[in-house]
Amino acid sequence: MRNVFIIAGRELAGYFATPVACVFIVIFLVLQGALTFNLGGFFDRGQADLNPFFTFIPWVFLLLVPAITMRLWAEERRLGTIELLLTLPITQTQAVLGKFLAAWVFCAIALVLTFPFVITVNILGNPDNGVIASGYVGSLLVAGAFLSVGAAMSALTKNQVIAFVLAVAVCFVFAVASYPVVTDFLSRNTPVLAEIARRIAVIDRYQDFTRGIVSVRDLIFFASFIGFWLFLNAVLIEQRKAD
Amino acid sequence: MPASMAEQPVLIEINGLTKRFGSFTAVNHVSFNLARGEVLGFLGPNGAGKSTTMRMLAGFMIPTAGTARICGHDVQTDGVAARRVLGFLPEGAPTYPEMTVTAFLTFCAKVRGFTGRDLVQRVERAVGLTRLDSVLLQPVETLSKGFKRRVGLAQALLHDPPVLVLDEPTDGLDPNQKHEVRTLIGQMAAEKAIVISTHILEEVDAVCTRAIIIASGQVVADATPAELQGRHPSGKLDDVFRQLTVEPA
Repeated sequence: MRNVFIIAGRELAGYFATPVACVFIVIFLVLQGALTFNLGGFFDRGQADLNPFFTFIPWVFLLLVPAITMRLWAEERRLGTIELLLTLPITQTQAVLGKFLAAWVFCAIALVLTFPFVITVNILGNPDNGVIASGYVGSLLVAGAFLSVGAAMSALTKNQVIAFVLAVAVCFVFAVASYPVVTDFLSRNTPVLAEIARRIAVIDRYQDFTRGIVSVRDLIFFASFIGFWLFLNAVLIEQRKAD
Repeated sequence: MPASMAEQPVLIEINGLTKRFGSFTAVNHVSFNLARGEVLGFLGPNGAGKSTTMRMLAGFMIPTAGTARICGHDVQTDGVAARRVLGFLPEGAPTYPEMTVTAFLTFCAKVRGFTGRDLVQRVERAVGLTRLDSVLLQPVETLSKGFKRRVGLAQALLHDPPVLVLDEPTDGLDPNQKHEVRTLIGQMAAEKAIVISTHILEEVDAVCTRAIIIASGQVVADATPAELQGRHPSGKLDDVFRQLTVEPA
């Protein structure tokens, strides 16, 4: 566990040593602000909640999270530092977990910096802060889910653009899996798949959190989703580390 | 091998190491043992399989067949223990470009399990050995090629490992720096088993007690530098190297 934290610490310092952190956080906050206040009609709704804010979070993450993860392994491969990292006395699992943890903490920092929304809504009215808190938990889990997908995609290639595009594509599939467009199409042709699609949809699970429902089922879903992709990540690194 | 070294413990055991990429065999049944006190010069033309062999020895590449052991630890089945006693300089000395020299070496020392005062002393010692004092707070990406190489070398020496595997440690260094690195290797030679790969044949003469020439993935010579020189009428390693590694037309 100590090694996981050491690797995560190095990674996290790396974000802040380069413009990556600054650009990401600024763009994330600007996008969230613009979407919530303009497209989401935060003021016009006249309701003291953060529903418009949470509605857009997964879509903003869909675009921005793969931008964090694309470099996780692809850059290590390009620079050759993967050879250095994996010949240190650590296991591959520790490296995978450390990198994921750093990216996740980074997303958490970005989320924490959206606190002015919470302050604003609390000044304007009396929101249910419990619902807001569970919305944040859900947001963090969505970030984790997309990060784990993106990290695995990054392990596939040394090309960051490919890693980015693959991650967006795969995350998109899991995001929209429960949407009527998908499920209607599937239930007409293969009803079994429609049911599976509904179960694995990230957005569906996330919406429970934004309504203030934190259920064990959803937590287990996210834990196993992230676990699966991190396992895949470790397998990919093991198989293709030297390619 | 001189008789006095026969009693030294064998630290590297490579047995039938083979690596195939599809139908291409990069390394073909390479076997050798290396005892403490030996400095092995690993020679061969580009693409002969030097780096591939070293990567398998460091546990970075999975061999298609064969085994490698460092201080008795199999690099595949007991990888972490094997890597703990190994100092490895990968080809091109990769380092994280945005980190400062101190931050990078501290990271490596932490991963190697050092803490507190011990950690600081380890880093200071490695910095002193590789003469990095003047660039400690500079990001690695701003350093010259020679300094980058020395940062990689410092990382490999941090934990004073009994086994050193250095892939082209003097590549990109100026003649003075090359001399320093060779002196450093010479100083450490007595208590370590060291493998260096190089294209500079004079280096073999200068620091190695033994040389292995590899061509097309196979060992074509394994002897002391003096013995090798004797294999060509001219007595020059260059000529021996060419004789052994140039494919007959």
